[in-house]
Amino acid sequence: MAKVLVVTSGKGGVGKTTSTAALGAALAQAGQKVVVVDFDVGLRNLDLIMGAERRVVYDLINVVQGDAKLSQALIRDKRLETLHLLPASQTRDKDALTSEGVARVMDELREKFDWVICDSPAGIERGAQLAMYHADTAVVVTNPEISSVRDSDRIIGLLDSKTERAEKGERVDKHLLLTRYDPARAKRGEMLKTEDILEILSIPLLGIVPESQDVLRASNLGSPVTLADPTSAPARAYTDAVRRLMGEKLAMSIPGDKKGLFGKLFGRRVA
Amino acid sequence: MAVVLMPDLPLADWMTQLDAQIARSPRFFDGRPIVLDLEGLAGNEAGFLTLVEDLAARAIRIIGIENADEAALGPLLPQLPPVLTGGRTVGLPVLVPGDPPPPPEPEPPQEREPPALVLDRPVRSGQSVAFTGGDVTVIGSVASGSEVIAGGSIHVYGALRGRAIAGLLGPGPGGVRARIFCRRLEAELLAIDGVYKTADEMDPALQGRAVQVWLDGDQIAIAALD
Repeated sequence: MAKVLVVTSGKGGVGKTTSTAALGAALAQAGQKVVVVDFDVGLRNLDLIMGAERRVVYDLINVVQGDAKLSQALIRDKRLETLHLLPASQTRDKDALTSEGVARVMDELREKFDWVICDSPAGIERGAQLAMYHADTAVVVTNPEISSVRDSDRIIGLLDSKTERAEKGERVDKHLLLTRYDPARAKRGEMLKTEDILEILSIPLLGIVPESQDVLRASNLGSPVTLADPTSAPARAYTDAVRRLMGEKLAMSIPGDKKGLFGKLFGRRVA
Repeated sequence: MAVVLMPDLPLADWMTQLDAQIARSPRFFDGRPIVLDLEGLAGNEAGFLTLVEDLAARAIRIIGIENADEAALGPLLPQLPPVLTGGRTVGLPVLVPGDPPPPPEPEPPQEREPPALVLDRPVRSGQSVAFTGGDVTVIGSVASGSEVIAGGSIHVYGALRGRAIAGLLGPGPGGVRARIFCRRLEAELLAIDGVYKTADEMDPALQGRAVQVWLDGDQIAIAALD
Protein backbone atom coordinates (compact mmCIF):
# COMPACT_ATOMS: atom_id res chain seq x y z
CA MET A 1 0.00 0.00 0.00
CA ALA A 2 1.55 3.26 -1.13
CA LYS A 3 2.16 6.00 1.38
CA VAL A 4 1.84 9.66 0.56
CA LEU A 5 4.21 11.75 2.63
CA VAL A 6 4.28 15.54 2.64
CA VAL A 7 7.38 17.45 3.68
CA THR A 8 6.16 20.77 4.99
CA SER A 9 7.06 23.58 7.39
CA GLY A 10 5.17 26.80 6.81
CA LYS A 11 8.36 28.82 7.00
CA GLY A 12 10.73 29.03 4.06
CA GLY A 13 14.42 28.20 4.10
CA VAL A 14 14.26 25.60 6.85
CA GLY A 15 15.27 22.69 4.62
CA LYS A 16 12.12 21.20 3.10
CA THR A 17 13.56 20.57 -0.34
CA THR A 18 16.90 19.30 0.98
CA SER A 19 15.03 16.97 3.33
CA THR A 20 12.67 15.77 0.59
CA ALA A 21 15.63 14.82 -1.59
CA ALA A 22 17.58 13.20 1.26
CA LEU A 23 14.60 11.23 2.61
CA GLY A 24 13.57 10.17 -0.90
CA ALA A 25 17.05 8.98 -1.76
CA ALA A 26 17.45 7.18 1.57
CA LEU A 27 14.13 5.36 1.06
CA ALA A 28 15.20 4.36 -2.44
CA GLN A 29 18.56 3.20 -1.06
CA ALA A 30 16.55 0.98 1.29
CA GLY A 31 14.96 -0.64 -1.78
CA GLN A 32 11.65 1.24 -1.83
CA LYS A 33 10.06 2.57 -5.02
CA VAL A 34 9.99 6.31 -4.49
CA VAL A 35 8.80 9.40 -6.34
CA VAL A 36 9.53 12.89 -5.10
CA VAL A 37 6.98 15.46 -6.30
CA ASP A 38 7.83 19.17 -6.42
CA PHE A 39 4.73 21.19 -5.50
CA ASP A 40 6.59 24.48 -5.45
CA VAL A 41 5.16 25.65 -8.75
CA GLY A 42 6.90 28.79 -9.96
CA LEU A 43 9.89 28.35 -7.65
CA ARG A 44 11.00 24.85 -8.45
CA ASN A 45 14.20 23.70 -6.79
CA LEU A 46 13.90 19.98 -6.24
CA ASP A 47 15.19 19.24 -9.74
CA LEU A 48 18.39 21.14 -8.93
CA ILE A 49 18.94 19.37 -5.62
CA MET A 50 18.29 16.04 -7.35
CA GLY A 51 20.63 16.94 -10.21
CA ALA A 52 17.91 16.47 -12.83
CA GLU A 53 17.42 20.05 -14.00
CA ARG A 54 18.79 19.35 -17.47
CA ARG A 55 16.34 16.53 -18.13
CA VAL A 56 13.04 18.29 -17.37
CA VAL A 57 10.63 18.16 -20.32
CA TYR A 58 7.15 17.92 -18.87
CA ASP A 59 6.13 18.83 -15.34
CA LEU A 60 3.40 18.41 -12.75
CA ILE A 61 1.24 21.15 -14.29
CA ASN A 62 1.31 19.45 -17.71
CA VAL A 63 0.16 16.19 -16.14
CA VAL A 64 -2.47 17.85 -13.95
CA GLN A 65 -3.90 19.65 -16.98
CA GLY A 66 -3.76 16.51 -19.09
CA ASP A 67 -1.21 17.85 -21.58
CA ALA A 68 1.27 15.07 -20.84
CA LYS A 69 1.12 11.55 -19.52
CA LEU A 70 2.56 10.83 -16.11
CA SER A 71 5.16 8.51 -17.61
CA GLN A 72 6.38 11.34 -19.86
CA ALA A 73 6.92 13.70 -16.95
CA LEU A 74 8.58 11.30 -14.49
CA ILE A 75 12.37 11.53 -14.44
CA ARG A 76 14.25 8.47 -13.27
CA ASP A 77 17.32 9.09 -11.15
CA LYS A 78 20.59 8.12 -12.80
CA ARG A 79 22.10 6.77 -9.60
CA LEU A 80 19.17 4.97 -8.02
CA GLU A 81 16.85 2.95 -10.21
CA THR A 82 13.87 3.13 -7.85
CA LEU A 83 14.02 6.90 -7.34
CA HIS A 84 11.92 9.20 -9.53
CA LEU A 85 11.21 12.92 -9.73
CA LEU A 86 8.05 14.68 -10.83
CA PRO A 87 9.24 18.26 -11.32
CA ALA A 88 7.29 21.48 -10.89
CA SER A 89 6.86 24.11 -13.52
CA GLN A 90 8.98 27.21 -13.18
CA THR A 91 6.95 29.33 -15.58
CA ARG A 92 3.46 28.81 -14.23
CA ASP A 93 1.91 29.71 -10.91
CA LYS A 94 0.07 27.72 -8.28
CA ASP A 95 -3.36 28.64 -9.65
CA ALA A 96 -2.65 26.25 -12.51
CA LEU A 97 -3.02 23.34 -10.07
CA THR A 98 -6.60 22.11 -9.80
CA SER A 99 -7.62 19.94 -6.88
CA GLU A 100 -9.27 17.38 -9.21
CA GLY A 101 -6.15 17.21 -11.36
CA VAL A 102 -3.88 16.78 -8.36
CA ALA A 103 -6.16 14.06 -6.97
CA ARG A 104 -5.96 12.16 -10.28
CA VAL A 105 -2.17 12.41 -10.41
CA MET A 106 -1.83 11.29 -6.78
CA ASP A 107 -4.04 8.25 -7.44
CA GLU A 108 -1.87 7.30 -10.38
CA LEU A 109 1.33 7.75 -8.38
CA ARG A 110 -0.04 5.63 -5.53
CA GLU A 111 -0.43 2.73 -7.95
CA LYS A 112 3.13 2.98 -9.25
CA PHE A 113 5.19 3.66 -6.12
CA ASP A 114 5.68 2.63 -2.48
CA TRP A 115 6.30 6.20 -1.37
CA VAL A 116 5.01 9.45 -2.85
CA ILE A 117 6.92 12.31 -1.25
CA CYS A 118 5.48 15.77 -1.80
CA ASP A 119 7.77 18.75 -1.38
CA SER A 120 5.48 21.53 -0.15
CA PRO A 121 6.01 25.18 -0.99
CA ALA A 122 6.51 27.55 1.94
CA GLY A 123 3.47 29.36 3.27
CA ILE A 124 0.00 28.16 4.14
CA GLU A 125 -1.83 29.07 0.95
CA ARG A 126 -3.26 27.02 -1.86
CA GLY A 127 0.02 25.46 -2.97
CA ALA A 128 0.88 24.21 0.49
CA GLN A 129 -2.67 22.99 1.09
CA LEU A 130 -2.74 21.06 -2.19
CA ALA A 131 0.61 19.47 -1.34
CA MET A 132 -0.65 18.25 2.05
CA TYR A 133 -4.23 17.38 1.05
CA HIS A 134 -3.63 13.75 0.09
CA ALA A 135 -0.98 13.00 2.71
CA ASP A 136 -1.08 9.94 4.98
CA THR A 137 2.05 11.05 6.77
CA ALA A 138 3.66 14.43 7.28
CA VAL A 139 7.23 15.34 8.06
CA VAL A 140 7.25 18.79 9.64
CA VAL A 141 10.65 20.37 9.09
CA THR A 142 11.58 22.79 11.85
CA ASN A 143 14.67 24.80 12.78
CA PRO A 144 15.44 25.33 16.46
CA GLU A 145 14.22 28.93 16.45
CA ILE A 146 11.00 30.42 17.68
CA SER A 147 9.61 31.69 14.34
CA SER A 148 10.09 28.34 12.70
CA VAL A 149 8.47 26.53 15.63
CA ARG A 150 5.42 28.76 15.55
CA ASP A 151 5.00 28.33 11.79
CA SER A 152 5.29 24.57 12.22
CA ASP A 153 2.57 24.70 14.85
CA ARG A 154 0.36 26.51 12.34
CA ILE A 155 1.04 23.86 9.71
CA ILE A 156 0.21 21.06 12.17
CA GLY A 157 -3.13 22.77 12.76
CA LEU A 158 -3.77 22.72 9.00
CA LEU A 159 -2.72 19.07 8.76
CA ASP A 160 -5.39 18.35 11.38
CA SER A 161 -8.10 20.26 9.53
CA LYS A 162 -7.42 20.81 5.84
CA THR A 163 -6.41 17.34 4.63
CA GLU A 164 -8.45 14.55 3.09
CA ARG A 165 -7.80 12.43 6.16
CA ALA A 166 -8.97 15.18 8.52
CA GLU A 167 -12.13 15.61 6.46
CA LYS A 168 -12.81 11.88 6.85
CA GLY A 169 -12.29 12.15 10.61
CA GLU A 170 -8.90 10.41 10.46
CA ARG A 171 -5.51 11.73 11.46
CA VAL A 172 -2.42 12.41 9.41
CA ASP A 173 0.64 10.85 11.10
CA LYS A 174 2.89 13.76 11.95
CA HIS A 175 6.63 13.63 12.59
CA LEU A 176 9.02 16.36 13.58
CA LEU A 177 12.32 16.67 11.75
CA LEU A 178 14.65 19.16 13.41
CA THR A 179 17.10 20.53 10.88
CA ARG A 180 20.05 22.95 10.95
CA TYR A 181 20.71 21.90 14.51
CA ASP A 182 24.01 23.27 15.79
CA PRO A 183 25.27 21.25 18.79
CA ALA A 184 27.82 23.92 19.74
CA ARG A 185 25.23 26.70 19.79
CA ALA A 186 22.78 24.43 21.57
CA LYS A 187 25.37 23.86 24.27
CA ARG A 188 25.78 27.60 24.70
CA GLY A 189 22.01 27.98 25.02
CA GLU A 190 21.70 30.05 21.85
CA MET A 191 19.05 27.82 20.33
CA LEU A 192 15.71 26.50 21.49
CA LYS A 193 16.15 23.25 23.35
CA THR A 194 14.88 20.10 21.68
CA GLU A 195 12.64 19.25 24.63
CA ASP A 196 11.08 22.73 24.53
CA ILE A 197 10.32 22.37 20.82
CA LEU A 198 8.81 18.94 21.40
CA GLU A 199 6.74 20.30 24.26
CA ILE A 200 5.39 23.13 22.11
CA LEU A 201 4.63 21.05 19.03
CA SER A 202 3.73 17.80 20.83
CA ILE A 203 4.37 15.48 17.87
CA PRO A 204 6.92 12.64 17.83
CA LEU A 205 10.52 13.35 16.84
CA LEU A 206 11.72 11.70 13.63
CA GLY A 207 15.28 12.92 13.68
CA ILE A 208 17.73 15.71 14.37
CA VAL A 209 19.82 16.81 11.40
CA PRO A 210 22.91 18.80 12.36
CA GLU A 211 23.84 21.99 10.54
CA SER A 212 26.63 20.98 8.20
CA GLN A 213 28.64 22.12 5.25
CA ASP A 214 28.08 18.65 3.79
CA VAL A 215 24.46 19.56 3.06
CA LEU A 216 25.40 22.68 1.13
CA ARG A 217 28.14 20.85 -0.75
CA ALA A 218 25.75 18.04 -1.71
CA SER A 219 23.10 20.52 -2.86
CA ASN A 220 25.57 22.31 -5.07
CA LEU A 221 26.58 18.97 -6.57
CA GLY A 222 22.96 18.21 -7.36
CA SER A 223 22.96 15.14 -5.18
CA PRO A 224 20.89 14.35 -2.09
CA VAL A 225 23.22 14.29 0.91
CA THR A 226 22.40 10.65 1.65
CA LEU A 227 23.82 9.79 -1.79
CA ALA A 228 26.66 12.29 -2.01
CA ASP A 229 28.23 11.55 1.34
CA PRO A 230 26.48 8.65 3.09
CA THR A 231 28.80 8.65 6.12
CA SER A 232 28.41 12.36 6.87
CA ALA A 233 26.53 13.36 10.00
CA PRO A 234 23.46 14.75 8.19
CA ALA A 235 23.27 11.71 5.91
CA ARG A 236 23.27 9.39 8.91
CA ALA A 237 20.55 11.48 10.54
CA TYR A 238 18.36 11.22 7.42
CA THR A 239 19.02 7.49 7.10
CA ASP A 240 17.97 6.96 10.72
CA ALA A 241 14.88 9.08 10.11
CA VAL A 242 13.92 6.89 7.17
CA ARG A 243 14.36 3.73 9.24
CA ARG A 244 12.01 5.23 11.82
CA LEU A 245 9.53 6.12 9.06
CA MET A 246 9.56 2.46 8.03
CA GLY A 247 8.66 1.48 11.58
CA GLU A 248 12.01 0.68 13.18
CA LYS A 249 12.61 1.76 16.76
CA LEU A 250 15.95 3.50 17.08
CA ALA A 251 17.45 5.42 19.96
CA MET A 252 17.56 9.14 19.16
CA SER A 253 21.03 10.57 18.78
CA ILE A 254 22.46 13.72 17.29
CA PRO A 255 25.08 12.55 14.87
CA GLY A 256 28.29 14.54 15.26
CA ASP A 257 30.97 14.91 12.62
CA LYS A 258 33.48 12.12 12.82
CA LYS A 259 36.91 13.65 12.94
CA GLY A 260 40.22 11.88 12.68
CA LEU A 261 42.85 12.34 15.32
CA PHE A 262 44.35 15.18 13.34
CA GLY A 263 41.03 16.89 13.03
CA LYS A 264 40.49 16.69 16.76
CA LEU A 265 43.95 18.02 17.56
CA PHE A 266 43.79 20.84 15.08
CA GLY A 267 40.19 21.53 15.87
CA ARG A 268 41.08 22.16 19.49
CA ARG A 269 44.12 24.18 18.72
CA VAL A 270 42.30 26.41 16.29
CA ALA A 271 39.42 26.92 18.70
CA MET B 1 -57.38 32.35 28.36
CA ALA B 2 -58.17 32.75 32.03
CA VAL B 3 -56.30 31.63 35.09
CA VAL B 4 -58.36 29.64 37.55
CA LEU B 5 -58.11 30.21 41.29
CA MET B 6 -59.25 27.34 43.49
CA PRO B 7 -59.75 28.54 47.03
CA ASP B 8 -60.13 25.91 49.75
CA LEU B 9 -60.86 25.81 53.47
CA PRO B 10 -59.93 27.30 55.81
CA LEU B 11 -60.18 30.43 53.73
CA ALA B 12 -57.88 32.52 55.97
CA ASP B 13 -54.95 30.11 55.37
CA TRP B 14 -55.60 30.10 51.64
CA MET B 15 -55.53 33.91 51.66
CA THR B 16 -52.17 33.89 53.43
CA GLN B 17 -50.78 31.54 50.79
CA LEU B 18 -52.17 33.72 48.04
CA ASP B 19 -50.51 36.78 49.56
CA ALA B 20 -47.20 34.92 49.68
CA GLN B 21 -47.64 34.06 46.01
CA ILE B 22 -48.34 37.68 45.17
CA ALA B 23 -45.24 38.72 47.14
CA ARG B 24 -43.11 36.30 45.09
CA SER B 25 -44.43 37.43 41.74
CA PRO B 26 -46.16 40.76 42.28
CA ARG B 27 -47.15 41.22 38.65
CA PHE B 28 -48.55 37.75 38.13
CA PHE B 29 -52.22 38.78 38.23
CA ASP B 30 -51.76 42.11 36.46
CA GLY B 31 -54.38 42.42 33.78
CA ARG B 32 -55.08 38.69 33.79
CA PRO B 33 -58.67 37.51 33.68
CA ILE B 34 -59.29 35.23 36.65
CA VAL B 35 -61.93 32.57 37.06
CA LEU B 36 -62.87 31.54 40.58
CA ASP B 37 -63.50 27.82 41.05
CA LEU B 38 -65.75 27.42 44.07
CA GLU B 39 -65.83 23.64 44.28
CA GLY B 40 -63.61 23.61 47.39
CA LEU B 41 -65.90 25.99 49.22
CA ALA B 42 -69.20 24.15 48.82
CA GLY B 43 -71.49 24.88 51.76
CA ASN B 44 -69.82 28.19 52.63
CA GLU B 45 -71.71 30.29 50.13
CA ALA B 46 -72.22 33.02 52.72
CA GLY B 47 -68.55 33.95 52.67
CA PHE B 48 -68.35 34.36 48.89
CA LEU B 49 -69.05 38.03 48.87
CA THR B 50 -66.23 38.76 51.29
CA LEU B 51 -63.92 36.56 49.22
CA VAL B 52 -64.69 38.43 46.02
CA GLU B 53 -64.15 41.75 47.81
CA ASP B 54 -60.87 40.53 49.31
CA LEU B 55 -59.65 39.49 45.88
CA ALA B 56 -60.72 42.79 44.36
CA ALA B 57 -58.68 44.56 47.08
CA ARG B 58 -55.64 42.66 45.72
CA ALA B 59 -56.40 43.91 42.21
CA ILE B 60 -57.42 40.42 41.09
CA ARG B 61 -59.99 40.73 38.38
CA ILE B 62 -62.63 37.99 38.61
CA ILE B 63 -64.43 37.51 35.32
CA GLY B 64 -66.52 34.57 36.36
CA ILE B 65 -67.17 31.75 38.83
CA GLU B 66 -67.19 28.07 38.20
CA ASN B 67 -68.59 24.97 39.93
CA ALA B 68 -70.95 27.05 42.05
CA ASP B 69 -74.19 25.64 43.38
CA GLU B 70 -76.54 28.26 41.94
CA ALA B 71 -79.41 27.12 44.12
CA ALA B 72 -77.39 27.54 47.30
CA LEU B 73 -76.12 30.95 46.20
CA GLY B 74 -79.67 32.10 45.62
CA PRO B 75 -80.00 35.80 46.45
CA LEU B 76 -76.23 36.39 46.24
CA LEU B 77 -76.11 35.56 42.54
CA PRO B 78 -76.72 39.07 41.16
CA GLN B 79 -73.87 40.48 43.26
CA LEU B 80 -71.35 37.88 42.07
CA PRO B 81 -69.57 37.62 38.78
CA PRO B 82 -71.38 35.55 36.17
CA VAL B 83 -71.41 31.80 36.55
CA LEU B 84 -69.43 30.03 33.82
CA THR B 85 -69.68 26.46 32.64
CA GLY B 86 -67.78 24.29 30.21
CA GLY B 87 -64.34 25.81 30.86
CA ARG B 88 -61.45 23.71 29.59
CA THR B 89 -58.06 23.37 31.14
CA VAL B 90 -55.53 24.47 28.56
CA GLY B 91 -51.84 25.43 28.40
CA LEU B 92 -51.53 27.27 31.65
CA PRO B 93 -52.62 24.95 34.45
CA VAL B 94 -54.91 25.82 37.32
CA LEU B 95 -53.09 28.02 39.77
CA VAL B 96 -53.33 26.88 43.34
CA PRO B 97 -51.52 29.34 45.59
CA GLY B 98 -48.83 27.78 47.71
CA ASP B 99 -48.01 25.14 45.15
CA PRO B 100 -44.73 25.50 43.30
CA PRO B 101 -45.04 27.61 40.16
CA PRO B 102 -46.07 25.64 37.10
CA PRO B 103 -43.13 23.76 35.57
CA PRO B 104 -41.89 25.23 32.30
CA GLU B 105 -43.01 23.59 29.11
CA PRO B 106 -40.81 20.53 28.56
CA GLU B 107 -38.24 21.46 25.92
CA PRO B 108 -38.68 19.81 22.58
CA PRO B 109 -36.12 16.99 22.24
CA GLN B 110 -33.88 19.05 19.97
CA GLU B 111 -30.08 19.40 20.23
CA ARG B 112 -29.38 21.57 23.21
CA GLU B 113 -26.19 23.59 23.10
CA PRO B 114 -23.84 22.06 25.67
CA PRO B 115 -22.90 24.35 28.54
CA ALA B 116 -19.16 23.77 28.08
CA LEU B 117 -16.67 22.93 25.37
CA VAL B 118 -13.85 20.46 26.02
CA LEU B 119 -10.99 20.19 23.52
CA ASP B 120 -8.73 17.19 23.94
CA ARG B 121 -6.03 18.32 21.59
CA PRO B 122 -3.78 21.37 21.57
CA VAL B 123 -4.92 24.63 20.00
CA ARG B 124 -2.41 25.31 17.23
CA SER B 125 -0.99 28.62 16.06
CA GLY B 126 -3.46 30.42 13.81
CA GLN B 127 -6.48 28.56 15.16
CA SER B 128 -9.28 30.43 16.84
CA VAL B 129 -11.64 28.58 19.12
CA ALA B 130 -14.73 30.57 19.98
CA PHE B 131 -17.46 29.20 22.25
CA THR B 132 -19.83 31.86 23.47
CA GLY B 133 -22.16 29.45 25.25
CA GLY B 134 -20.01 28.87 28.32
CA ASP B 135 -16.67 27.56 29.56
CA VAL B 136 -13.85 26.21 27.41
CA THR B 137 -11.45 23.55 28.67
CA VAL B 138 -8.35 22.68 26.68
CA ILE B 139 -6.48 19.47 27.45
CA GLY B 140 -3.16 20.51 25.95
CA SER B 141 -1.48 23.77 25.17
CA VAL B 142 -2.74 26.93 23.50
CA ALA B 143 -0.05 27.95 21.05
CA SER B 144 1.47 31.31 20.41
CA GLY B 145 -0.57 32.97 17.68
CA SER B 146 -3.80 31.18 18.54
CA GLU B 147 -6.80 32.32 20.55
CA VAL B 148 -9.48 30.84 22.74
CA ILE B 149 -12.67 32.85 23.24
CA ALA B 150 -15.24 31.76 25.81
CA GLY B 151 -18.58 33.01 27.04
CA GLY B 152 -17.52 31.85 30.50
CA SER B 153 -14.22 30.75 32.00
CA ILE B 154 -11.20 29.24 30.25
CA HIS B 155 -9.24 26.28 31.64
CA VAL B 156 -5.98 25.25 30.00
CA TYR B 157 -4.32 22.03 31.14
CA GLY B 158 -1.06 22.89 29.45
CA ALA B 159 0.85 26.01 28.55
CA LEU B 160 -1.16 29.09 27.60
CA ARG B 161 0.96 30.86 25.00
CA GLY B 162 -1.68 32.50 22.85
CA ARG B 163 -4.63 34.72 23.71
CA ALA B 164 -7.35 33.83 26.18
CA ILE B 165 -10.49 35.93 26.03
CA ALA B 166 -13.01 34.93 28.71
CA GLY B 167 -16.34 36.19 29.98
CA LEU B 168 -17.96 37.20 26.71
CA LEU B 169 -21.38 36.65 28.31
CA GLY B 170 -20.61 39.19 31.06
CA PRO B 171 -21.12 38.55 34.77
CA GLY B 172 -23.23 35.51 35.54
CA PRO B 173 -26.03 35.24 38.11
CA GLY B 174 -25.03 36.84 41.39
CA GLY B 175 -22.30 38.83 39.64
CA VAL B 176 -20.04 35.77 39.23
CA ARG B 177 -17.36 36.64 36.71
CA ALA B 178 -15.36 34.43 34.41
CA ARG B 179 -11.79 33.40 35.22
CA ILE B 180 -8.86 31.98 33.32
CA PHE B 181 -6.80 29.08 34.65
CA CYS B 182 -3.70 27.58 33.12
CA ARG B 183 -0.91 25.20 34.03
CA ARG B 184 1.76 27.47 32.59
CA LEU B 185 1.42 31.17 31.88
CA GLU B 186 3.18 32.40 28.76
CA ALA B 187 0.16 34.16 27.31
CA GLU B 188 0.25 36.93 24.74
CA LEU B 189 -2.98 38.44 25.99
CA LEU B 190 -5.49 37.79 28.76
CA ALA B 191 -8.96 39.33 28.70
CA ILE B 192 -12.00 38.96 30.93
CA ASP B 193 -15.24 40.77 30.34
CA GLY B 194 -13.61 43.29 28.01
CA VAL B 195 -10.69 44.15 30.30
CA TYR B 196 -7.36 42.95 28.95
CA LYS B 197 -3.70 42.71 29.76
CA THR B 198 -0.87 42.06 27.31
CA ALA B 199 2.25 40.00 28.00
CA ASP B 200 4.22 43.21 28.54
CA GLU B 201 2.02 44.18 31.47
CA MET B 202 2.21 40.85 33.26
CA ASP B 203 4.48 40.31 36.22
CA PRO B 204 7.58 38.48 34.89
CA ALA B 205 7.70 36.49 38.13
CA LEU B 206 4.49 34.74 37.06
CA GLN B 207 5.86 33.63 33.70
CA GLY B 208 5.82 29.87 33.35
CA ARG B 209 3.78 29.33 36.52
CA ALA B 210 0.39 27.79 37.06
CA VAL B 211 -1.94 30.72 37.60
CA GLN B 212 -5.49 31.90 37.83
CA VAL B 213 -6.65 35.16 36.34
CA TRP B 214 -9.70 37.09 37.51
CA LEU B 215 -11.21 40.55 37.53
CA ASP B 216 -10.52 42.59 40.63
CA GLY B 217 -12.87 45.51 40.13
CA ASP B 218 -11.91 46.64 36.65
CA GLN B 219 -8.36 45.33 36.82
CA ILE B 220 -7.00 42.01 35.60
CA ALA B 221 -5.45 40.19 38.55
CA ILE B 222 -3.14 37.21 38.26
CA ALA B 223 -1.96 34.93 41.05
CA ALA B 224 0.10 31.77 41.13
CA LEU B 225 -1.77 28.60 42.02
CA ASP B 226 1.22 26.78 43.53
